[in-house]
Amino acid sequence: MAKVLAVVEQRDGTLKRVSEEVVSAARKVADGIGGEVDALIIGAAGIGDAAKSLGTFGADRVIAVEAEALSSYNPEGYAEALAERAKAEDYFAVLFAATASGRDLAPRVAAKLDVPMASEATELEVEDGELLITRPVYTGKLFAEVTLEGSPRVVTLRQNVFRPEENPRQATVETVSADVDPTAWKVRVREVRAGSGETLDVAEAPVVVSGGRGLRGPENWGLLEDLAGALGSRCALGASRAVVDAGWRPHGEQVGQTGKTVSPQLYFAVAISGAIQHLAGMRTASTIVAINKDADAPIFKVADYGIVGDAFEVVPRLTEEIRKLKG
Amino acid sequence: MKTAICIKRVPDTEARIRVAGDGTSVDESGLKFVVSPYDEFAVEAALRLKDATGEGETVSISLGGSGAGEQLRATLAMGVDRAIRLDGEGSMDGLAVARALAAELKELGPDLVLCGMKAADDDQQQVGPMLAELLGMPCVTVVSSIEKEGDTLVCHREVEGGTEVVEVDLPAVVTVTKGEHEPRYPSLKGIMAAKKKPLEEKPAEGAESRVKVRRYSEPPPRPEGKVVGEGAEAVPELVRLLREEAKVL
Ligand SMILES: Cc1cc2nc3c(=O)[nH]c(=O)nc-3n(C[C@H](O)[C@H](O)[C@H](O)COP(=O)(O)OP(=O)(O)OC[C@H]3O[C@@H](n4cnc5c(N)ncnc54)[C@H](O)[C@@H]3O)c2cc1C
Ligand SMILES: Nc1ncnc2c1ncn2[C@@H]1O[C@H](COP(=O)(O)O)[C@@H](O)[C@H]1O
Repeated sequence: MAKVLAVVEQRDGTLKRVSEEVVSAARKVADGIGGEVDALIIGAAGIGDAAKSLGTFGADRVIAVEAEALSSYNPEGYAEALAERAKAEDYFAVLFAATASGRDLAPRVAAKLDVPMASEATELEVEDGELLITRPVYTGKLFAEVTLEGSPRVVTLRQNVFRPEENPRQATVETVSADVDPTAWKVRVREVRAGSGETLDVAEAPVVVSGGRGLRGPENWGLLEDLAGALGSRCALGASRAVVDAGWRPHGEQVGQTGKTVSPQLYFAVAISGAIQHLAGMRTASTIVAINKDADAPIFKVADYGIVGDAFEVVPRLTEEIRKLKG
Repeated sequence: MKTAICIKRVPDTEARIRVAGDGTSVDESGLKFVVSPYDEFAVEAALRLKDATGEGETVSISLGGSGAGEQLRATLAMGVDRAIRLDGEGSMDGLAVARALAAELKELGPDLVLCGMKAADDDQQQVGPMLAELLGMPCVTVVSSIEKEGDTLVCHREVEGGTEVVEVDLPAVVTVTKGEHEPRYPSLKGIMAAKKKPLEEKPAEGAESRVKVRRYSEPPPRPEGKVVGEGAEAVPELVRLLREEAKVL
């Protein structure tokens, strides 16, 4: 039977939330072809149990590749282990999340399997047994609908676009060992430097508060931090390029053409003009709120809700109202 | 050290992109083309590595039609030593593109291959790691800074919530994101010198794209937004709308 392989992710032994999105999307594709879903997780011993909950989202089976050397991400070891699993069965499609590691891994696996791939899908549909993939191109100025000639079809899914949907199964967990030889690896992670503390990365957060040059300096970012704090722990900070180029915020926070592409449920653009290269990174957000003192700023053309006003007056009030609401 | 930089000709990022009449391609008439922005960062990184060690050769390579010669010249004007254009058409099939580039790179035998993290037209993020697989080289993606330490490179790689410091043995493929350094503008002298630098043209190893584009479409226009009001007084109404209408709070 044709199956769909959902490649899921863990960080420090905990399943990443995006895994639910990938499994839910895989479930839909599997239903379209009358097949089953295998969720594949790679990590240290015991990682399979962490992924068992994916049955809730439609996984029929969890395959856990467990090896001490694979407890954290390594491109060579992971690609090798994954390509081996992808070849082990007749998979119709192999789906990854378009995370830092998913983007790194999927093209290697596709090359190892000698199949074409599609990146950053925002929609998947099975029609007459074929997988139709919709993906943004030209930084979201157009959408392309493509099919892949080759099996399995390797696809990465843009984060926060495919919603997790419950579709419960009793997932079985199968543990396989991997034959890996870390001494042969040519890429070694020396160190991981955490960014701005505990906060979520802007690319994966469902709520983003971004600031632009209109905020006048890094000393004013407390304003946005307070708003983000009021919005809760699933909120991250973003920035325009003007802000990053001025050295006010790290490049990791930049949203746009030469920064990150984000698709949160809620995006606040504070004192950002809305240049086309900025829009390229955030126009697929579900709800966009703009706060800008210039009523003609282009950001208002894409914003669902806007307030024309001074950020230094509007934002503190907004923080206060949201605190009241959540308090 | 010999460094190859893979560069792609893409429409200017400011340009409005229109679907052609056939629905399966892009209308290129009137478009201005540039070196894909991340590839410019890759060129800058290559030139800095060369400046730092004071030796080595830099070669830029592009798979594309005759127009791509213009972008290769632009890299020569920035300071790249020579350029190769593989005459053919790129496609959305990253593996096919990587295969054509790999055939040439095998002959060239570089110690380091630099790519942009992604091309600004197809937005795939595929070619770099695929090239690495085809060349049997290790690969580090989304790198914002590179330093050479003997036969290894130390790369800063951007990942969710931070930076990874990664060491990779040469020869290797590295894909580059925006780093600390702005790509240099070609000087007048550079532009003059570029005219005399070698730009070789060779037929590309052709492969049919296995990514089939059924159609291009414009994104549905976002529904007309509303300006809720002016100043801080508008905030309670905004919060109400976010909660009751958009249901996001
Ligand atoms: C190749 C290329 C790639 C690029 N990539 C990116 C990218 O990835 N991301 C990106 O963001 N940009 C990118 N840019 C830059 C982009 O073109 C803009 O220059 C940039 O987005 C502007 O940032 P900004 O909106 O913060 O600043 P500005 O354009 O200076 O806008 C500031 C805004 O703040 C408003 N303002 C001022 N004071 C206040 C106040 N007190 N209260 C409220 N509002 C106020 C102003 O009305 C104005 O609209 C790129 C450009 C190029 C050429
Ligand atoms: N036609 C091409 N010619 C040369 N290099 C290319 C070509 N297409 C892609 N690349 C390289 O691969 C990178 C990633 O492209 P992509 O995988 O298409 O997003 C680009 O930034 C270039 O460095």
